[in-house]
Amino acid sequence: MVMLANTQGSADVHQRSGDSAAPVLSLAGISKSFPGVKALSGVSLDLYPGEVTALVGENGAGKSTIVKVLTGIYQPEEGEITIGGTPVSFPTAQDAGRAGVTAIHQETVLFDDLSVAENIFIGHAPKTRFGLIDRSAVVDKAQALLDRIGARIDPTVTLKDLGIANKHLVAIARALSIDARIVIMDEPTASLSHKEIEETYELVERLKAEGKAILFISHKFDEIFRIADRYTVFRDGQMVGAGRISDVSERELVKLMVGRSVDQVFPKRVSQRGEEVLKVVGYSHPTEFEDIGFTLQAGEILGFYGLVGAGRSEFMQALFGVTKPSKGAIRIDGRVAVIRNPNEAIGHGIVYVPEDRGKQGAIKGLPIFQNVSLPSLKETSHNGFLRLAREFRLARDYTQRLDLRAAALDQDIGKLSGGNQQKVVIAKWLATKPRVIILDEPTKGIDIGSKAAVHEFMAELAAEGLAVIMVSSEIPEILGMSDRVIVMREGRIAAEFEGEDLTPEHLVRAAAGIAEVRS
Amino acid sequence: MSTTAAETGPTGRQLPDRLKSPLQRFLGSWELLLLVVAAGVFVLNSFASPYFLDPWNLSDATFNFTEKAMIAFAMALLIISGEIDLSVASIIALTSTAMGFAVQLGADTPMLILVGLGVGLACGAFNGLLVTGFGLPSIVVTIGTMSLFRGISYIVLGDKAYTGYPSDFAFFGQGYVWWVISFEFVLFAFLALLFAVILHQTNFGRAVYVIGNNPVGALFSGIRVARVKFALFLLTGLMSGVAAICLTSRLGATRPSIAFGWELEVVTMVVLGGVSILGGSGSIPGVVIAAFVMGMVTFGFGLLNVPGIVMSIFIGLLLIGVIALPRIVRQVLAKRKV
Amino acid sequence: MIPSALKSREAILAGAILVLVAAIASRFPAFVAPGNLANVFNDTAPLIILALGQMVVILTRCIDLSVAANLALTGMVVAMLNTLMPGLPVPVILAVAISLGALMGLVNGLLVWRLDIPPIVVTLGTMTIYRGIIFVISGGEWINAHEMSDAFKAFPREVALGLPVLSWIAVLVVLGFVVLIGRTPLGRAFFAVGGNPHAAVYTGINVGQTQCAAYVISGALAGLTGYLWVARYAVAYVDIAGGFELEVVAACVIGGISIAGGIGSVAGALLGALFLGIVKNALPVINISPFWQLAISGSAIIIAVAFNATSSRAKGRVILKKAEHAT
Repeated sequence: MVMLANTQGSADVHQRSGDSAAPVLSLAGISKSFPGVKALSGVSLDLYPGEVTALVGENGAGKSTIVKVLTGIYQPEEGEITIGGTPVSFPTAQDAGRAGVTAIHQETVLFDDLSVAENIFIGHAPKTRFGLIDRSAVVDKAQALLDRIGARIDPTVTLKDLGIANKHLVAIARALSIDARIVIMDEPTASLSHKEIEETYELVERLKAEGKAILFISHKFDEIFRIADRYTVFRDGQMVGAGRISDVSERELVKLMVGRSVDQVFPKRVSQRGEEVLKVVGYSHPTEFEDIGFTLQAGEILGFYGLVGAGRSEFMQALFGVTKPSKGAIRIDGRVAVIRNPNEAIGHGIVYVPEDRGKQGAIKGLPIFQNVSLPSLKETSHNGFLRLAREFRLARDYTQRLDLRAAALDQDIGKLSGGNQQKVVIAKWLATKPRVIILDEPTKGIDIGSKAAVHEFMAELAAEGLAVIMVSSEIPEILGMSDRVIVMREGRIAAEFEGEDLTPEHLVRAAAGIAEVRS
Repeated sequence: MSTTAAETGPTGRQLPDRLKSPLQRFLGSWELLLLVVAAGVFVLNSFASPYFLDPWNLSDATFNFTEKAMIAFAMALLIISGEIDLSVASIIALTSTAMGFAVQLGADTPMLILVGLGVGLACGAFNGLLVTGFGLPSIVVTIGTMSLFRGISYIVLGDKAYTGYPSDFAFFGQGYVWWVISFEFVLFAFLALLFAVILHQTNFGRAVYVIGNNPVGALFSGIRVARVKFALFLLTGLMSGVAAICLTSRLGATRPSIAFGWELEVVTMVVLGGVSILGGSGSIPGVVIAAFVMGMVTFGFGLLNVPGIVMSIFIGLLLIGVIALPRIVRQVLAKRKV
Repeated sequence: MIPSALKSREAILAGAILVLVAAIASRFPAFVAPGNLANVFNDTAPLIILALGQMVVILTRCIDLSVAANLALTGMVVAMLNTLMPGLPVPVILAVAISLGALMGLVNGLLVWRLDIPPIVVTLGTMTIYRGIIFVISGGEWINAHEMSDAFKAFPREVALGLPVLSWIAVLVVLGFVVLIGRTPLGRAFFAVGGNPHAAVYTGINVGQTQCAAYVISGALAGLTGYLWVARYAVAYVDIAGGFELEVVAACVIGGISIAGGIGSVAGALLGALFLGIVKNALPVINISPFWQLAISGSAIIIAVAFNATSSRAKGRVILKKAEHAT
């Protein structure tokens, strides 16, 4: 805590030295908690007209919560929002819209089955004298807005026919249509092509020129330094730094984000690679990934890095048998294995801890012990009949090993914190005694304590000879844990790094597809 | 507050198995509440009519729910898994029509049983294939097959009826095993036990709960979700076939309107038994007690000469009330806290 | 690409209807005589009205199985009202029918909105309750033609500009829905709530309230149809329009309205209803027993839902550049 306060202090210095205009929107002392988690504690954030403020922070730092507070989806428990100096509150999303705040989201939250023009004007369509929606005006105005941002999109087309990039443009047109003064862009360039990214930057410039205050959320440092004027850093629900981007270096920004240097947090481990366990050759899918091939050895932690939407999870799910590859082969211990469904993957000793814990990992509504025993029921049961005592024993053993924090084993897994849910999911797979464990964003959205426990445990597993694949978008985690890293970009393997070559710069460049530039 | 794994070492503390003893759980359960309601209805009925406690009267009362309950057991599993089958009453109609048709061709009783079970299974397979094979929503599919199955009965029978079932066929719906204990009641008790074991004691039953709580998570845990669901539709079709045999035997005739509207009563029985209509939770004992409650209420109204349609108001109110009440209580409690 | 496909779904249905009519006409030319077609339309009018009401409910990811019971109860109430007060003018009767129907819709809507009870449970329950209430208020008695006043019975049958009032009301309701769906914020909200409830919240739409509004509309139309039905057939009893709710849902499903919400059109619901209406009226003409009708509508539901599902199967993420260009 002391360290946090220090960084905050130094950030305040930044802020004071950099101020020029008055902020159009200010958040002060905003707090928001959910059962078991304090998502935001007393954060502040200022947005200035005609300027881009980059909001950076690790996953789970509170970025998406602040967006929901700003758009009226969540009500903060404490704190004040002021626009142009007057205090405001957003009890509903509509109020936020009226106050001129609009958000363009990660998963473009628009309506696939409505037309582009209808999407732009839903909720505030121009009306005729009779109070009816003026359809031709809707189309005309939509066309005008799209022209204004240089988007070549037919406003009468149905939204689902557009690609991701064009959907973003529609969302931006919508932002302009409500005459928003504050535009929130939540990872707008994730899963866009290089050309589309350039177009997005131009658009941001144009919005700046129109005097909009832009909150730009991004994980990509190159773009932050390219288009942002200011930065604000969140860590674990707190504001730990803010200021002008020209006053900060990438290194300082990373340090603010992570709050510690990498080797402090991650368990020290000596890589002891054993025999080859898994060999993947030419794995391909019609739309998701192509020609993925690598080998994995016992005792190794192989990191998979890439931008969101690079096809890493999609590939892992194919490896686990959820989706079918169109081409490719797998060898396990040198023998060809065919995996058509998760059942067969588990049979071959490949297990998968999914990224979407709530949907794919934890069976919420069922008790902890039943979650743990689920894939091992064949072993614990007798001729198809359940044996609860054996299930409890299994659950006791593995939850103890993972240091699970819960009241009892018959507690609903849904009542646990994210970190403890993750421990149960990992326990359930370890109970099957796998050869290969795939961990997809294993520490996404879980608290620091559980994070450390998961890392510690991964190191332990590798030391015991388990082959580990870890998908992660967090550079410190990738660097701190992996023996070797494969970088994926646009569904393909872009690069592989090991040893000396394993640097943040290499990873970021390979992931973004930027050529090596010597400075 | 949070301590890191390093501080506590590689092994944490051992967790207790259970927070509450099974007895404590039972004391707070929906099933106990239902039992109290059932006892209340029983007492009210015995006050309402002096004839109620007559053993033969009680035995007659069981026919009000045994056939529906047989379907309700399978429906409970289906609803717990997150699906529904609204075509069950129409499966009865089609199955009964097929048996009537077989009688015209000179089938004997064992043959009729085979026809009944076979047609029920086939209908269930048809529903299951449409839902799991083509990925269609079960509610629309079974609204469609509800019309289709009964529609075929209408095509075959029109405004006529099949009668002339063999005399030994009457045993299934009219026979008694011992004193006042009917064959149907014995079958009901046996199936209750069987389904309770399937749902609560087997890996298959566990899979049903897992799928109902999180179908994607189930898939990601190696459960063959489509297979389990298909099996449940088969089972529901089969039980509808069994109920069709009992009902046809009891009535001794088949009309296309047979068992009309039963799907509603079966679903109500399941929901009243504490099965969540959204899937994921519920128990067979709950459904069994709910069957008794509904059967006795219907019988009690009958003793008081209340017409059947008025009873349906009661059943409708029960269906909504049972779900609404806990929610209202929760909302009121939540407001108090604030 | 999809808007044309979406329109073409209606075009396919329209084509199917034309082929059906042409096939019937080739053997029985009298079927396509204008007078007979007008009869068919008039016969289908109640189904059209109810299908449109059902459409908005289904658009918001709900379902209303209580429409037929609502229709029957309202019909019984206005018929009894007429026997008690024969002098009551038709506009008052209409107002009573619509308000009573809307009230029953409101009950459904509030249960869904405020208590968050699954729509199918709510409307299965109210369906039996409304039906049961008819028995309670009527004592199971029928109200026959001679007990109803002439004005009461005449209204839906009165012919204006070549069509009975019943048909004109259906036309008005269709036009009203064209405006409601295409030109009002509420109409857009139905699509938004069903298509993406999450995003609807972000655009300031109250999901529950919108669903409740859909139920009120569906209920009001059921009430309106209740009076028209009872007056047209000049009889009211407990079981009128029994099972009609399934025909209404069938019309919607055949008309391409997605049970998952958010997809549908006025033209689709209209065509779906017309398809069923034509089949129903054609059966006796082509000498097929009317007992076939139930099986035909059941098959139509299954075929329609299967067709809609295959044409809108969810695709995975497109990551590969070449795949993006290929699609």
